[in-house]
Amino acid sequence: MMSGNNWLKWLSAVSGMFAAMGAANAGQPINMPVGVTDISANVYDMHMIAFWLCVWIAVLVFAVMFYSMFAHRKSKGYTPATFHESTTVEAIWTTIPFIILIALAIPATKTLVEMEDTSDYDLTVKITGYQWLWHYEYIDEGVDFYSVLNTPRSQINGEEAKTENYLLEVDKELVLPVGKKVRFLITANDVNHAWWVPDLAVKKDAIPGFINEAWTKVNTPGTYRGQCAELCGRDHGFMPIVVRVVEQAEFDQFLADNTTLEKDGAEYAAVTQ
Amino acid sequence: MSTVATDDHHDDHQESPYSIKRWLFTTNHKDIGTLYLWFSFIMFLIGGVMALVIRTELFEPGLQFVDPQFFNSMTTMHAIMMIFGVVMPAFTGLANWLIPMMVGATDMALPRMNNWSFWILPFAFAMMLSTLFMDGGGPAGGWTLYPPLVLQTGDALPFVILSMHFMGLSSIMGAINVIATILNMRAPGMTLMKMPLFVWTWLITAYLLIAVMPVLAGGITMLLTDKFFETSFFNAAGGGDPVMFQHIFWFFGHPEVYILILPSFGVVSSIIPTFARKPLFGYASMVYATGSIAFLSFIVWAHHMFTVGMPLAGELFFMFATMLIAVPTGVKVFNWVATMWRGAMTFETPMLFALGFIIMFSIGGFSGLMLALAPVDFQYHDTYFVVAHFHYVLVPGSIFAIIAAVYYWLPKWCGNMYNEGLGKAHFWLSTIFVNLTFFPMHFVGLAGMPRRIPDYALQFSDYNAMATYGAFGFGLSQLLFLYLVIKAIRGGEKATSQVWENAEGLEWTLPSPPPYHSFTTPPVIK
Repeated sequence: MMSGNNWLKWLSAVSGMFAAMGAANAGQPINMPVGVTDISANVYDMHMIAFWLCVWIAVLVFAVMFYSMFAHRKSKGYTPATFHESTTVEAIWTTIPFIILIALAIPATKTLVEMEDTSDYDLTVKITGYQWLWHYEYIDEGVDFYSVLNTPRSQINGEEAKTENYLLEVDKELVLPVGKKVRFLITANDVNHAWWVPDLAVKKDAIPGFINEAWTKVNTPGTYRGQCAELCGRDHGFMPIVVRVVEQAEFDQFLADNTTLEKDGAEYAAVTQ
Repeated sequence: MSTVATDDHHDDHQESPYSIKRWLFTTNHKDIGTLYLWFSFIMFLIGGVMALVIRTELFEPGLQFVDPQFFNSMTTMHAIMMIFGVVMPAFTGLANWLIPMMVGATDMALPRMNNWSFWILPFAFAMMLSTLFMDGGGPAGGWTLYPPLVLQTGDALPFVILSMHFMGLSSIMGAINVIATILNMRAPGMTLMKMPLFVWTWLITAYLLIAVMPVLAGGITMLLTDKFFETSFFNAAGGGDPVMFQHIFWFFGHPEVYILILPSFGVVSSIIPTFARKPLFGYASMVYATGSIAFLSFIVWAHHMFTVGMPLAGELFFMFATMLIAVPTGVKVFNWVATMWRGAMTFETPMLFALGFIIMFSIGGFSGLMLALAPVDFQYHDTYFVVAHFHYVLVPGSIFAIIAAVYYWLPKWCGNMYNEGLGKAHFWLSTIFVNLTFFPMHFVGLAGMPRRIPDYALQFSDYNAMATYGAFGFGLSQLLFLYLVIKAIRGGEKATSQVWENAEGLEWTLPSPPPYHSFTTPPVIK
């Protein structure tokens, strides 16, 4: 039998462990990014609401449980009660969670409806996943290109120091205009992939033979990084996504510089080989 | 056939444990239970080594130890081993040992089929493991076997599929046996609502198994014909649909995850009342909650595939149905806490593991509730947050419950007590390391680390290193468990029939160890 002191010792050891986890790693992110779109901010809020709700329920339930573990012990000479049911109590703890769930479902539904509304867009980008790179096509602008990881092999193999954006850098970024509703048409050419940029709160599977829709409207110019999120074979971990969001003028310049309608079979063959 | 008299004589004879024939040809529920449990432990070590290969590669950024393709086959095989080779056989082993004793029967209803359903497994898993040495390596498309990727598997694919068919056959036969035993062999007076909860949860689990294993069998057979017989079930170019496989798979897969947890609920519902010295609170609502969870498990499958591009109405339906599961699951946790309330508790090893189960399974339940929210799931989906979630419900969930069950019933099975001090040490080591392994995965997942990648960006390095330390600690701690179990089997303080001061149920009325044929005369239940 463990004495009360032993319990406290263990408890403080365990909580010390978690505190150490937090302190030793102050530099590295531990939470979802708020992101740079209205939707991503909504999603972050939903996440935090659900998180704190869970924390408070956990604190309440486990407080009762731990109190009971400390107070209702045989070693304290406690005589066990004999009750084993109470319809009232059981009805209460079935109903209350139900109400909490409804309260949670309402804002979630609202956000979901917004996320699925791909109407009234300003620009369409078709995204195609390949093993193991992305292809972007600005459908009405005659611009398209492949986007491939450009972290050098030597960094991956540890022959050279890893740089800041290790595994999250590409040769050609997807450039988007700020403040415009961009519709993505997402598909794949070989196996399933998933296009995911956490700061945009967009994650959608890319499935060969099917076209999925998603959209974003970025509020802040900047560079946002993501990765393929659906296992797609050997180099699944090596097909990042980089989105650079710029002012409209710069975006127009980007389109002008890249309108290479002569983009043809040669480059396609070069990249996919 | 010999005469009836000789048969009777022969039946009572328990052959030496060192005879291979005894184990190969046994039809005895205890022998088969033992085989299942040892098989499960061996698979636990093999699957555990695979997990350590994964954690070693992920210790720091960069590719250091294994090829990415082999890494993928490790994640795939680790899952298949742990699900089909560890948790399911361990539960079937517990069912074999305990259900006949709990319902007052001599043995399982279908003993020869029982032998067969066990002995399929070593062959199935030998075949599965042999694929690692085939041309093209083992399966590397994830345990979810999504096409088109899984169709890129090399020579391994037909062997993987055939071995999964065998595992399915074994589970279905095990389930039929459990149902036949529970429905036909209960002692007079044991009505359904007087059955121990372990028996109830297994009855419901067995129905789930019979309902969904054939669905998996259908799905993987279609993969086979797509690969070798030019069908196009999952090939869009031929008029098929790769997403349909995901629907079929998860129609099996979601009930499957409850198959992996419901018997744990039964175990914990047996242990808590014993060590709280107080009857289980809300027995009837526990039964109904288990039934509700089982029912809901059939209508929530698409929450595993929110990002697949479903219509809004579909997303909403699966989100609401999934959230509903929190209600019966909450009822269970509240009932356990209410059972403890005003009891007179002691904290022997099985109780510690059961309490650890309640707390850490609840953590997995909370992240499950968060994952149910479809708009937020778009951020969580296929990240380490999901990995943290299902490992919390499976490791300190199912595995802790299995370990708790072993400590709780081991003195009954072998007649000797285990070493209590070392048992407690095993609990604390397991608990600390399991959290060190899986808690940081929440952080890297939220921060954006996808699952199933062999290398990762620099901002995920600290927590991955932490998880690797935890994984090795957890793995090594389980050797202590092995030592404790072997030591108890070989000798030790003799256990009484009741073993625990307040243990209630028919199994505790038999001597420890119990006779080879549990109840030759049915006990009478008031």
